[in-house]
Amino acid sequence: MLLTIEGLTKAYPGVVANDDVSFSVAEGEVHALLGENGAGKSTLVKMIYGLVKPDAGHMTLRGAAYEPAEPRAARAAGVAMVFQHFSLFEALDVAENVALGMEKPPRPRELAQRIRAVSEEYGLPLDPSRLVGDLSAGERQRVEIIRCLLQDPKLLIMDEPTSVLTPQEVEILFETLRKLSAEGTAILYISHKLEEIRALCDGATILRRGKVVATCTPREKSARELAEMMVGQTLTPPERGTRAPGEVVLGVAGLSVASPNPFGTSLKNVGFDVRAGEVLGIAGVAGNGQDELLLALSGELRSDAGAVVLKGKPVGTLGPEGRRAAGLVSGPEERLGHAAAPEMSLTENALLSGRVRRALVKSGFIDWKKTKGFAEEIVKDFDVRTPGVDVAARALSGGNLQKFVIGREILQDPAVIVVNQPTWGVDAAAAAAIRQALIDLAAKGAAVVVISQDLDELLEVADRFAALNEGRLSAPRPVQGLTVEEIGLMMGGAHDMEVAHVEA
Amino acid sequence: MLRLEKRPMPSRFWTAVTPVLAVILTMVAGGILFALLGKPPVEAIRVIFWDPLFGANNFYTLPQMLVKAGPLILIAIGLSLGFRAGIWNIGAEGQYIMGAICGAAVALAFYPAEHWYIFPLMVIAGALGGWIWAMIPAVLKIKFGTNEILVSLMLVYVAENILSWVSFGPLRNPQGYGFPGSRNLQQYPSAHNADLIPNTGLHWGVVAAFLAVIGAYVLLNRHILGYQIRVAGQAPRAARFAGVSPSRLFAFCLGTSGALAGLAGLFEVAGPSGQLSPDFNVGYGFTAIIVAFLGRLHPVGILLAGFLMALTYIGGELAQLSLNLPSAAIQAFQGMLLFFLLAFDLLSNYRVRWKEHAAKEIAK
Repeated sequence: MLLTIEGLTKAYPGVVANDDVSFSVAEGEVHALLGENGAGKSTLVKMIYGLVKPDAGHMTLRGAAYEPAEPRAARAAGVAMVFQHFSLFEALDVAENVALGMEKPPRPRELAQRIRAVSEEYGLPLDPSRLVGDLSAGERQRVEIIRCLLQDPKLLIMDEPTSVLTPQEVEILFETLRKLSAEGTAILYISHKLEEIRALCDGATILRRGKVVATCTPREKSARELAEMMVGQTLTPPERGTRAPGEVVLGVAGLSVASPNPFGTSLKNVGFDVRAGEVLGIAGVAGNGQDELLLALSGELRSDAGAVVLKGKPVGTLGPEGRRAAGLVSGPEERLGHAAAPEMSLTENALLSGRVRRALVKSGFIDWKKTKGFAEEIVKDFDVRTPGVDVAARALSGGNLQKFVIGREILQDPAVIVVNQPTWGVDAAAAAAIRQALIDLAAKGAAVVVISQDLDELLEVADRFAALNEGRLSAPRPVQGLTVEEIGLMMGGAHDMEVAHVEA
Repeated sequence: MLRLEKRPMPSRFWTAVTPVLAVILTMVAGGILFALLGKPPVEAIRVIFWDPLFGANNFYTLPQMLVKAGPLILIAIGLSLGFRAGIWNIGAEGQYIMGAICGAAVALAFYPAEHWYIFPLMVIAGALGGWIWAMIPAVLKIKFGTNEILVSLMLVYVAENILSWVSFGPLRNPQGYGFPGSRNLQQYPSAHNADLIPNTGLHWGVVAAFLAVIGAYVLLNRHILGYQIRVAGQAPRAARFAGVSPSRLFAFCLGTSGALAGLAGLFEVAGPSGQLSPDFNVGYGFTAIIVAFLGRLHPVGILLAGFLMALTYIGGELAQLSLNLPSAAIQAFQGMLLFFLLAFDLLSNYRVRWKEHAAKEIAK
């Protein structure tokens, strides 16, 4: 056994993140840690990587006691980690970024050579002199992986590595991981995507609410069995009736806007129509213009008047309040800080976007009583678990705040709703409720645009499907009959990535 | 190593109690300071905190407190609106000077005619002068993205030079025997901002300060504009989501704080000061920044902080006179008050931890 974990426990105020967790990883094994958001996967790997100190329990690495006090100690012992959110400097080049993560970086030229050598060997082509800001998400992940491989690790931890990749890019990553595993490097693979785990992993440990609920060989289980072990209940997919689509409510044509962010993606000639009662799903790997598309539709970014047409009326030059008045509401990806002000109460946050359509302000003065009533209505209708509406938004859990934010928009009875990543980081029950609410809204005759990086989610809710790739939108196609292969190609295929050269 | 960690929810109780605790600690520490200087500590504290309010000379000191607190509160209220929105107008001193110059210029243009409308015109000119001076950084920021902190601060020095120029040049008193400075507006009834009730110190500037407190309170708590100011300061992206235009907010906050500072300057030049002179400004515009933060950017807090600041000024002067305390000791004392207030503020928002221990918690 390479790594053995026994009885690891870690409690935070109010929640036990890990409760008596035990499992082991063999040399060269690809081991999955499977669980919902909030199941305790991240805390567990942070303990293995020396970022968090366990309250109880112990670990052994190749038979010796292993208690990393900090990540440096973990790296010295041969444990490396690729985080879900990259820690890279966009304004530096690849070699500089790699050097920043090393204890004693070699001289630049030597390092560049080593980067080339490792990237060749594992089929992760990467030019050491390129600026990270110009790289795609998949390429940025390679920078992180190569940074780890240069340390020659025995155990490589990967936290949700595929959330930023197209299906084709995932396949390439898997080839690399299989090669590493064949060479004897163990991989601890964290995910909640079941098919991936079935395709890649030799063993799996399933976590639920901080406890190990099962250990299994994923190839021997069906995805549904794995899901039910992970969630602990039978899942009902959202209900949707068939409906005849109505007239076009939102028309977008020739929409090109520059990103407000220097390393963002500008939208290039985006066009689509959404009809009343229809859900359009927009997929894409993170950073391909999703944020910009939401901003351009919500009115935070302005465009030519005719680029966005709402019920036959050009609204491209209107701001968010003008578009809300015309019937278009939106739900940005970032809950805290964008869709809601973290320090403000739920009542105050209800006012944030509800002002116009709910008539909460009269001649400049706020009707707090009515606003509070609106907030209470959202809490009640969308089952937001909170002690009251005077609580600050940041005190709510991710799922509850997301239900509040989406509920706030849906209860405004909009003609069009645009949401970005509506269930990101939300527990399965809340996610199901949010998806159902969006489908119900469409059934009542609204046009719904769902931007998401979660393909399963889009296939579940959408009638038609399109993908963003480097700021361009593919032509929307009906979801029925669409294969994963086709979806991957719409998302940009493999972005010209090379497959790992597996040598005999 | 010590490190600070943000408290998830600062306690309301401690937020309310800390200013009182800070004042008490200042008294203790100040007492020790005065004792080391060989002065009776208890008496010194009494002279500073008690005598201005209830001492034998309070017929003089109480009005003086109003005279000092009025402009401080008026300016601080304006500044607090911008500070809440994350807009940093550091140049209130310059706007105060420009308000005084514009207001006095209107008065001197009419001199010696007596009309009822002269004073109202001066008020408008004063507000306009401050407003224009503050709109310079606002427009530069909106059009070119310049830093409003630097621009507004540098404009203070421009305003001081203009003040010096008008005192020696265009607005100099022709009957002033060549001394720099304008005519004394106290001797020009139509322009004089006299005490509304004689010998109380209650002039129009103090009334304006009270009105500003009420206005700011209503704005921040009931009006959509105040709500937008708060959102913009706490979560700028959420503000844009709500449809707040950053440019308009900028113009409003800088313009309002400039106009209020200009008003404060006008009321001062037409009242307690009486004339423009090269040393007309005494730093109200800068002290008001402190007052705004002492009052936690809350209108009522600013009202109290303005009086507290005025109290230490008057009390400090009294202590210099009656106990021969050096003025440096008084300044150190005022510094202590600030120090304790800010330190307590920090502690009610953050908790102090040893680094080793804190690192584990933060890694979560």
